[in-house]
Amino acid sequence: MELDRKEKLLEKYFEASTTVAEENELRDYFAKEEVAPHLKQYAPMFTYFSEAKDERFTKQVPLKPRVNFYKWISVAAVAVMAFGIYFGNDYREQREAEYAYNQTRMALGLLAENFDRGTEKVAYLKEFENTKQKIYKNN
Amino acid sequence: MVYTETDQPTMTQSEFLNVVMPFKDKLYRLSKRLLVSAEEAEDATQEILMKLWAKKKNIEGYKNVEAFAMTMTKNFCLDRLKSKQSSNLKLVHSNYEDGSRSLQSQVETRDSISWVERIMQELPEQQKMVLQLRDVEQYDYNEIADLLEMKPTAVRVALSRARKTVREKLVQKHNYGIG
Repeated sequence: MELDRKEKLLEKYFEASTTVAEENELRDYFAKEEVAPHLKQYAPMFTYFSEAKDERFTKQVPLKPRVNFYKWISVAAVAVMAFGIYFGNDYREQREAEYAYNQTRMALGLLAENFDRGTEKVAYLKEFENTKQKIYKNN
Repeated sequence: MVYTETDQPTMTQSEFLNVVMPFKDKLYRLSKRLLVSAEEAEDATQEILMKLWAKKKNIEGYKNVEAFAMTMTKNFCLDRLKSKQSSNLKLVHSNYEDGSRSLQSQVETRDSISWVERIMQELPEQQKMVLQLRDVEQYDYNEIADLLEMKPTAVRVALSRARKTVREKLVQKHNYGIG
């Protein structure tokens, strides 16, 4: 009997041993109006599964923008690095020049100080000259 | 991978979409089954498609892109659920879910079809996926075993349990007449 077959199929269905074709047969059966009263309680299951398959993914897939985004990020990173190296070099050169200038100034200062000390000593030589003159005059 | 993009003539955007179109809804439905919220499922599907797009050079190498994408979706959603569980996001989410559920049950107490959806939400993840892939998407057992990285016998066991649980709860609700 037809109903008998459906009952057997249902039993197999719950043991997970039906084929896709047999499950489709059940689905078709439960989609109809004249379902045997004692089987009616299973109808929502099959109806729900059919309905669930109609759900669609409607969002757009943004494929390109993300790729471009990464591209521009890397371009920006390279630009920042180039600027960094360029201006970084300038800065370093400036600091080196300042250091050399300060060293030179200190060296020159030392030199000048010692020169001063030299002229002080030379002043004594004049005293010697005066004394010598005195001696010459006396003779 | 971005830099070599112009080096090789790989898939164009429209070719890619042609490959992906036939099964993008399946990815979405599986995501939604696991993540429940439609918004999160949409985000997950987008994420998966973009990951596929990034791997488009290898796509021709896979013999079954659909199966590969489904497995990716499964792993992605399970990861999402796991990270949600460890943060308090889950609390927020389930609160929101409960609210909508009680609202839903007020509006459509008599709609036994939506009961099935709610019953499915209560199933363990693996049974949820097996039921989704078999009874909604109608994959065969071996495909499901591949997709979910399970043994075919385990697929049958999980499927049988899932179907029986749905039946049991459906009968309960039918008899008591409550949503």
